[in-house]
Formats: sequence, C-alpha cells, structure tokens
Amino acid sequence: MAVAAPSVPGTSASEAIRMARHPWLSAAWAAARTPRGAVGLSLAGAVVLIAVIGPFVAPQSPDALLTLTFAKPSGQFPLGSDFLGRDVMSRVLDGGWALLLMAALATAFGIVAGAAAGISAAYLRGRSDGLIMRTVDVILAFPQLVFALLLVSVLGPRLWLIVLAVGLSHAPQVARVIRSATLDISERDYVKVAELQGMRPRKIMTSEILPNLVSPLTVEAGLRLTYSIIIMAGLSFLGFGQQPPAANWGLMINENRVGLPLNPWAVIVPVALIALLTIGTNTFTDAFARVAIGIDRRPEESALIDELMPGVPR
Amino acid sequence: MRAAGAADAAGPDGSFGDIRLDVCDLEIRIGQSGADVVSEISLAVAVGEVLGLVGESGSGKTTVALALLGHARRGLSITSGQVRLDGVDLLALPPAELRAARGSRVAYVPQDPSAALNPTLRVGTQVAEALRVHPGVVADPAARALEVMREARLDATPDLLRRYPHQLSGGQQQRVALAMAFCCRPSLIVLDEPTTGLDVSTQRHVLDTVRSLCRSYGVAAVYVSHDLAVVSGLVSQVAVMYAGRIVEIGPTDKVFADPVHPYTRRLLAAVPSPDRAEILTGIDGQPPRPGRRGTGCSFAPRCDFAIDQCRLAPPEPVTIDARAVRCIRAAEIRAQPVQRPALMRVQAEAGQTAALSLRSVSARYGRRGVLSAIDLDVRPESCLAVVGESGSGKTTLARCIVGLHTNWTGEITFDGARLQAGIRGRSKDTLRRVQYIFQNPYASLNPRKTVGQIVAQPLDELLGLSFSQRSERAARALADVSLSADMLNRYPDQLSGGERQRVAIARALVVEPDLLICDEVTSALDVSVQAVIIEQLRRLQRERHLTMVFITHNLALVRSIADTAVVLRDGSLVESGPVDQVLEHPKHPYTAGLIKDVPALTRTVGE
Repeated sequence: MAVAAPSVPGTSASEAIRMARHPWLSAAWAAARTPRGAVGLSLAGAVVLIAVIGPFVAPQSPDALLTLTFAKPSGQFPLGSDFLGRDVMSRVLDGGWALLLMAALATAFGIVAGAAAGISAAYLRGRSDGLIMRTVDVILAFPQLVFALLLVSVLGPRLWLIVLAVGLSHAPQVARVIRSATLDISERDYVKVAELQGMRPRKIMTSEILPNLVSPLTVEAGLRLTYSIIIMAGLSFLGFGQQPPAANWGLMINENRVGLPLNPWAVIVPVALIALLTIGTNTFTDAFARVAIGIDRRPEESALIDELMPGVPR
Repeated sequence: MRAAGAADAAGPDGSFGDIRLDVCDLEIRIGQSGADVVSEISLAVAVGEVLGLVGESGSGKTTVALALLGHARRGLSITSGQVRLDGVDLLALPPAELRAARGSRVAYVPQDPSAALNPTLRVGTQVAEALRVHPGVVADPAARALEVMREARLDATPDLLRRYPHQLSGGQQQRVALAMAFCCRPSLIVLDEPTTGLDVSTQRHVLDTVRSLCRSYGVAAVYVSHDLAVVSGLVSQVAVMYAGRIVEIGPTDKVFADPVHPYTRRLLAAVPSPDRAEILTGIDGQPPRPGRRGTGCSFAPRCDFAIDQCRLAPPEPVTIDARAVRCIRAAEIRAQPVQRPALMRVQAEAGQTAALSLRSVSARYGRRGVLSAIDLDVRPESCLAVVGESGSGKTTLARCIVGLHTNWTGEITFDGARLQAGIRGRSKDTLRRVQYIFQNPYASLNPRKTVGQIVAQPLDELLGLSFSQRSERAARALADVSLSADMLNRYPDQLSGGERQRVAIARALVVEPDLLICDEVTSALDVSVQAVIIEQLRRLQRERHLTMVFITHNLALVRSIADTAVVLRDGSLVESGPVDQVLEHPKHPYTAGLIKDVPALTRTVGE
C-alpha cells in the first residue's frame, strides 16, 4: 500500500511490503519525512542526544564546588555557576538522562497497564468492563500530579515509586483511548473468526486485537511521554524526585531560581531543554498520528484507491 | 471512439442538436504526467437517453463519471479532452462557473446516499438546500422542492420533510438523493451505482424512478454500474470499460445480445441467470493497474483470442454493427458464436435424512424478535440457499447455526447431535465440522497476519497440528482455491477482493469441515470474480462432500449453486423447496414478487 504521508512521493514495492509488515515502523518513517515530523524528531533528538552523551563529555564534575555562587558565564564555565558554585554546563549535561529514563519507564509502565486494562474491559465486556472502568474513573478523578504527589508523600520519595506513580497516573487515560479503539476492533469479523476457532479470550486479545492497536498505542505513548517528562520535571522541582546533590533539570530550576538576576542561565537552560523536548515529542507524535490515521482508516477503501491509483500519495 | 448510436441521434440533417453530452478524447493521469488512469474516452449521450458505463472495479468508470462533473480525485488530473454539455466545455470553465454548473446543470447521485446526505439536516431542508445554493434556477424553490420529491416518488408529507436521513429507509434515502439531483432541472445527471446497496424490489423501484425522471425531463444520464443485469433494463447505450479504456460501446440490445469484444463476452458469461441453471465462467486474473498496462491490448493476458499481434500496439476502435469495438480481431470473433454458459447437471434427488435441521428456531436481538419458528432441513452433501432481503434475518439464521448468535430458542441438530447455542458450549470437533465464511473479505482477514498465518490458524486452534504439518496443509488449501503458494507470505491488503475471499474459503476448508455456511460471500465482489468464486465453491462442495448453506439476496445466483432454497421474509420462512420449483412455480406471492424484481440480462439474439 502507498504511504499515507501527504508529502511522500510514490513508494517502491519493497516499501509496500515493509508497510504491511511493520505498519507502525513505516508510519514512523513516513512521519519523520513530513515537515512537522522532521522538526519534532530533530528537536527531541537533539535534547535526547545531550542527555545521553552529556555525562561523558561534561567538562567538570557536576558535584564539585568550583567557583563563586551564581557566577556569570566565563571561558571556564560557559554557563556560569549555580547556587553552590558548581558548573552549570556540567550539571546540565549530567542532569538529563535520569529524568529521561524515568519518564520513559513511567510511560512504558503506563502504556502497558493502560492497554491491558483497556483491551480487557472492551473485549470481555460485562462485569470486567464495569470493574476496570470504574477503577479507572476513580484514578482519573485525581489530577495526575496530585495523584503522583499523594503516592510519593505517603510512601516516601523513592525513585522506583515515582516511576510507578507517574506510570499509574497515565494508565486511566491510556485505558480510555484503548478501550474505545478495542470496542471497534472486537466487532470486526476476523475476531469472530478467531472465536469460531475456539481461541481463548487472552490469545484473541494478544494475537488478534493487540497488533491492530499499535498505531493508537504509539500515538498514546508519544503523548504520555511528553506528560511524563513534564510531571517528572515538576516532581523534581517540588523536591520529590532525585534528591540533592544529584544534577537534575527539574531540581536545577528550583535550586537556582533565587539567583535568576545573577546567573539566569542556570534556570533558562534546563527550562529550555525541557520545553524543547516536550515540544519535540509532542510534534512528532502529532505527525505520526496524522500518518497513522490515514493507514488505519478504511482498509478496503485504501485498497480500492490503490487499485485505481497505485503510488499516489494521499 | 464515438458510438454509432450517438451518430444516429445526430439526426438526418447532421446537426448535433439532440446531443446533450459529448465527451471527446478524455484522458486522466496520475499527477500531471504520470501513468494514464483512463484515456481516449469518447462518448455522446442524447437528450432523454441513459448511457450505461460498466466495468469491473478498477476499470476507471468512477474516475470517468467524476470527470463528467469536471472533477478529478486527489492525485489525479484531467490532462486532455473535452466534456461538452450543450456545446459548452465544462473542463474549460473557470472554477467559479464550474461550481455554479455543478448541481444546477450537471448533477451527481452517489453510490451510498446515507453517506452523501447530511445527517443533521431534515429531509425538507436538505432538498431546499440544493435549490438555495443555485438561486434563480427555478422560480419558486419551495414549490419546486415538493414537486421534485413527488416526482421522485417520495410521499412529501410534512412528516417526511421533518425527518432526518437516518429515519428513512435506504430506498427513501436514495430517492431524496435523486430529488436533490433533479431539483434544479439539470441537463446531465451522473449516477454512480445508486442501487448497489438496495434490495431487489427497492432497486427496481429506484430504477423505474430514474428512467421516468430522465425521460420526462429530457436529461442525459450516465449510469455507472458493475451490474450488467441492472444496466440492461435501463440504458439505451452501453459503454464497457476495461483498464481505463472503452472497449465496446453501442446500443444496449446489440452489445448484450451479440457482444463482440472478448471482454464483453466473458463479462456477460459471468452474469448468473435467474432462468437457467448455468455453469458460470468468471475471468481469472486481474485487470492491469495504471502504469502497468503494457504496450498492446490490456485485455490480451486474459483473453482466449489473443494472438502475438495483440501485444504490439493498443487496438484502435473499429466499427461493427452500430458499435465501436477496440479489438483487432473483432470481425473474426464476431463470426464465432457467443458461447452460452453450459447448463448445469441437476443432481438427482437423494432421499436421505437431513444432515442439518432446524426445529422452531426463534431468535431475538435484545427485545426484538428477528426469527420466528424456523423449520428447515438440509440433506447431506446438498446445498441449501437461504434467500431474503436485508432485514429478513438470514444472517442471524446463519449466526445461530455457527454459534455466533446465542439468543435463540428451538433446536438445531447437525448429524444427529444437538448444537449448543454458543461457541463455548461446543466441542472443538463441532467447531471444526461447522465452518462459516463471512460476507466481507475485507473485514474477515486480520490485516496484521500473513495469508499463511491466517490459513494455518484453525489448524493450530482446532486440530493442534505441529508447525510443519500446518504449513504443508495451508499450502495445499491455497492450491485448492487456485492460489499459488507465494501468497503465503503476503498480507491481506496486498490481495484483491476475490483473492481475499478465496483465502477465507481456504481457511474454512483447511480443517475439512462437513458443513459450510456461506453468508453473502460474493456480494462484495465483481461479477466476474463472483463467477469464479461460485464455481470454486460448487466444485469443492462436490469434491469434499460438503453440506452447504448459501445465504444470498441475489436470486439469480441461487440456480448456479443450490439444490434447494428457502425464502425468508421478516424472520419467517415463506417458501421452501427444490430450486427449480421455488423459482419457476413460487407458491407465495412474496417470492413471485422477488423473482419479478430481479434484474435480468436481456439476451434475446441467439436464443
């Protein structure tokens, strides 16, 4: 089938096969080639790159007290120093990966839990549906950040707990989206065929329904990743994430905000990185969603259009 | 290529005063200079005349139809040619004038009225809207709206005008669409398969309405359809399209009674007849897609008459007996008699006990009863056709038998054993022995699985075979439905509709069932593909000694496949018996009415 990206020209046969085999990979590839997707991917990619290779290239130790507090940028300290006189540049380079890793883990957990809940609720219907969705409604009644704060303040600021709490706070939204997508898919004839073959419900959910949910799940994952980053940074800002003296972008904003008039870079740089990262992931997710919708919608129609106009972008 | 019929319409003085629509050398390409989707389309339609544009899906008929309104689908562009309506070339009009012409001078009736009508507008408002956007076309819009609805045989009561589209039946919706198309008194009306989704009796009424409206308004109409039988009773001229070109165009009676182009001949042989039990012959293979049509005649790879010369250059149209044919061997072929489909051998009555029997089966959807007290028997190794219009409960009946619909009472026995209501109550062996083929092959195959996985899946679930046994049997099952083994690694969206349905058949037969339930299995397919599928099913039924229940709304198909038939109406059986008896001597007036409404191909010459 033809790639659904509006700006992608005709596709080759091998690409058509890849499209059928890994629709989400191809959609991601097609999305990356749209202007929107390219912008999103390069923004997010640049920030991720800084976070990942940063610890290895940091010029100074992030924890060493090297100079005056809130020193202005200089040759030795390109971004100046923070409230304890540590090198802001090194702390920025060192302070991303933990945030990113925690956000990614929380997203993964939220997606898995939410998808499991959503698919089960929609496919099993009846009592399971009621039980799962009402639980979801209860969690949904708390604002995400408040819910995470609640768990953390009761059980203490342990990192794994933060990941779990943020992930769990994502699950309800994911469950809602996936439930409605599953309701549609579980009425499809191929699911009925599997039922007629006596396939177990769990296998139907994993082998018939789940593969057809990859596009909405990917979109959801991108969106949730954006929120995870924001919440993680927010929790750190509030002092519930990594504890000092760890370098962490969220924590840095809080620690250094009193010195804003003296060395604004100690705040502006982490703020900008978090902003660019979230804008980047969100923009790319948006591009992916636009492409994926074109692929998933009405397969028979697109097949017919393909017959009439192979390789026509649409 | 101009139809000879159009030249007749030009009148003795040679003036083209009667010609309403004159299409000249229309060509539509992908992008501005890509492969041609349709080309060298020339046709003319006179006042009050209906031209039928027929062809398989992918032949480009809808592309041509839309071009008549000056529209090209996204990604396509009209690269050359003229569409002259009353002498004015629509394609040369500036956008604003073209927009004004659409709806007022050229009107379009889409295939699916439920999608074309605005669900939030009341019917009365909707028709008035069409008049409002073209002010000044008629003197009194309000009166005109009522008038045109009456003419479309809609009872324009205040109650009806206040309704929303979803509160109307399919037939009524299509009449509203017709009223909207006719309300501005257009010169040309383009109908794109407007009766495809309708029941035979509704279809007949809509067709009658179209015919009388065209005649009384003197509009020219182009009727796009894949259904040759529908076209044959309606249109005066027919253009057969193949791979983006008109291969044969001429007066309907001549083309259908004495087809010349090999494609037209094959297409006609694939149409099932309600009068005779014929062996249908489909056309194997697929029409080539744009850009892959080769140098010669596009039909040559599928043509029985093809010679080397056919593959050298695209054939120019030749005029034979009042029609234009794109075939270099037209004259020779015409001399050969049209091969009528062979008659089917009627099986001797077997006096065995029933393999499948239903006793007072009643089914409900929630509170609504959909089947009431159905009794029927199917003899072993015979095929029962269940005929009914939409809403008659025929699909529910099938789903009760296979266990997908559980809310029923009564008794269904298969091979002496009583079937439980739901799938969960049935053993794996019962599930294996009763197989069900779904109506829509675009929905019944998981798009994320390969054909091999799809066909092998029941072997795993129902028989628990090992991987190597599964793949061997899956390959064999594909061969049984004439699909090659290299299909195993393909995904459903790489297959055509006919291939998909064959995969579905292979999946059902791979577990060697005893009872096969086919639910409208050809309704989503082209007539040429339908014939292939029906023949395959019939052959497999004989070879595998299958007991079969064939559910259909198409009475014409019944003869070609079934031994006995039952007719369902509103959830009750109104008629049952051997096929010949039901079709020739129906006892119930409802059956008689259904038979009368079946559009039949008029094949007068050569009978």
